[in-house]
Amino acid sequence: MPTIAFEHIYKDYGSLRVLADLNLSVDDGEFLVLLGPSGCGKTTLLNMLAGLQDVTAGTIRIGEEDITELDPKDRGLAMVFQSYALYPTKSVRGNLKFGLAAQKLDRAEIDRRVQWAAELLQITPLMDRKPAHLSGGQRQRVAIGRALVKNVDVFLFDEPLSNLDAKLRTEMRLEIKTLHEQTKSTIVYVTHDQIEAMTMATRIAVMDGGVIQQFGTPDEVYETPANLFVAGFIGAPAMNILDATITSSGPQASATLSDGTKIDLSHYEFTANPNEGQAVKVGLRPEHFDTSGKGGVVSLTLPVASRERTGSDATIFLKFGDDLIAVRAEPAEARDVMVGDNFAVSFPAGKLNLFDAQTGQRM
Amino acid sequence: MSTMTDNFVPRRKKRITGRSIAILAFLAMCAAFFCIPLYVVIVTSFKTMDQIRLGEIFSLPVTWTLEPWREAWSEACSGIKCEGVSAGFFASLKILFPSLILSLSVSSVTGYALALWNVRWAGTFMFILFMCAFVPFQIIMIPMIILTGKIGVYGTIWGVAVVHAVLALPILTLIFRNFYKDIPGEIMQAAIMDSGSFWRIYREIILPMSANIFIVVLILQITSIWNDFLIGITFGGLNNKPMTVILANTVISATGESSYNVDMAAALLTAIPPLLIYFVLGKFFVQGITAGAIKG
Ligand SMILES: Nc1ncnc2c1ncn2[C@@H]1O[C@H](COP(=O)(O)OP(=O)(O)OP(=O)(O)O)[C@@H](O)[C@H]1O
Ligand SMILES: [Mg+2]
Repeated sequence: MPTIAFEHIYKDYGSLRVLADLNLSVDDGEFLVLLGPSGCGKTTLLNMLAGLQDVTAGTIRIGEEDITELDPKDRGLAMVFQSYALYPTKSVRGNLKFGLAAQKLDRAEIDRRVQWAAELLQITPLMDRKPAHLSGGQRQRVAIGRALVKNVDVFLFDEPLSNLDAKLRTEMRLEIKTLHEQTKSTIVYVTHDQIEAMTMATRIAVMDGGVIQQFGTPDEVYETPANLFVAGFIGAPAMNILDATITSSGPQASATLSDGTKIDLSHYEFTANPNEGQAVKVGLRPEHFDTSGKGGVVSLTLPVASRERTGSDATIFLKFGDDLIAVRAEPAEARDVMVGDNFAVSFPAGKLNLFDAQTGQRM
Repeated sequence: MSTMTDNFVPRRKKRITGRSIAILAFLAMCAAFFCIPLYVVIVTSFKTMDQIRLGEIFSLPVTWTLEPWREAWSEACSGIKCEGVSAGFFASLKILFPSLILSLSVSSVTGYALALWNVRWAGTFMFILFMCAFVPFQIIMIPMIILTGKIGVYGTIWGVAVVHAVLALPILTLIFRNFYKDIPGEIMQAAIMDSGSFWRIYREIILPMSANIFIVVLILQITSIWNDFLIGITFGGLNNKPMTVILANTVISATGESSYNVDMAAALLTAIPPLLIYFVLGKFFVQGITAGAIKG
């Protein structure tokens, strides 16, 4: 069964280099999410895999086969587009059938596949409608159906849910995930929505500026971000990132925050040895703070700047110099806190992230 | 409890302002500019020559007669032949259909290729087309006569049809290309992944989306071919004169007294086909100009 491999991929648009020396390999049956901010080259990468855009340099393989120069229709891929891209003059049935245009199948087989996809996606009652007479969610299903009928091993999705409202998005997210489990196909899924990435992916490739910043499971990417970009990009509210200086290295390592607060780093698993006096960034996730304020490797008592309720959670913002520190709290707890009060929090060992201030890399 | 109409206070209708009166007056003048000559032509075509000799061009016919129309259609003399404009009518039809089919099919496929496929030198090609669209026909007329002579179509219906089609190609290609350019890229990408076949995508996806632009181009082409005089007279030879040429000869060549009523009827007969097209397709024409490929 095929694995997809990008090897030393470069992509230039005229003089603009969008991707440089990109390497990525996707295992069979994997749900890979390409996650990154707008304009970082996700669509470009996906389109090159689909054959819709030329590769400037490098090789793309599916299995052992080099597909870099192959015609899109011969690559054995199916794609779902952000705008759905349904054929406006064809009925739903016509759209699904045209998905099979490149495959030489007899009529019975075409009908069987169309029927199968329609039932799987519950669009059987819509088969004779034109796309203009469908809702957004229904169009999305038809677009997925048109990809499904092809019966291929690899599906590509380019931000398929970004035009749907929040509720429908949650529903479709689940449906696509279920579909992946049923068909056991490989999926490459592009999004800039981190919740989609965290919930659906088996692995996430976080991209920025045409470079893959980190490639790992959702847990890895969330718990041990490889650099400051990933740390700041994943998580909402975002990870608190504070300036600090290493005050001692070795087994009793420690650092000091800009206000003089000491951080005990003796339990931190360094990946690179720190130097005394080195400038670092400390990353603290809002939900890891202990609001009882005792123990931990950092203890802070800071004035409350504001608080926010976001449904099941609440966030308390504490004033730290010119910055704000976000702390997740129980809604009941947050209600009792007054703006201007001092609030004591501590941060447990083992959850802390440390980055080199200069390179931005994890230490 | 209050009902829906309790607070119903209708707003006053907007009054006609000085500005709109000025516009109306201007429009009325424009209308008169076209309507008065048209009125004269129509009433004259139903008059007898006896009444016309009295010289009251604005008066209504005393006795309405269809005789001038019949004569114009089948008997009026153009040069030495006295067959009416009907011969020209059929010649014009024979020119119209082949040149429509040729120009529309070639320009829509070329426009589709230029807009939606990667064509090398597409920009240069389009610039050349753009230049060609503005070359006056008179400049290339004589070389084209020689050329069609060499190919052996000079002086035939086919010659006229081909010249019409070829001269229309640049502008029609640009019109089609601009229309197809607005088709969303992702639809084309989906089609390329689904089928990949140039012709199949054209036939099954693009052509069904093109009804609007085809109607626009059809009307433009029918009118320009039907109303053409110069190409017909230069390329048709003696026996393949389109209706406009026959009409001109009819009006000019009458010896002795001019039969104004017959001339007018012949003119109207010649003008009716494009008018009919406007009436039938006019609504679609306006829609086609404003609408894009996708109804949204
Ligand atoms: N046809 C093109 N010509 C020139 N530059 C392009 C072209 N397509 C994309 N780019 C540039 O390449 C970069 C990457 O574009 P791409 O569409 O891959 O981004 P993306 O990650 O998909 O963003 P989004 O999340 O907004 O869809 C952008 O800076 C964009 O401006
Ligand atoms: Mg994109």
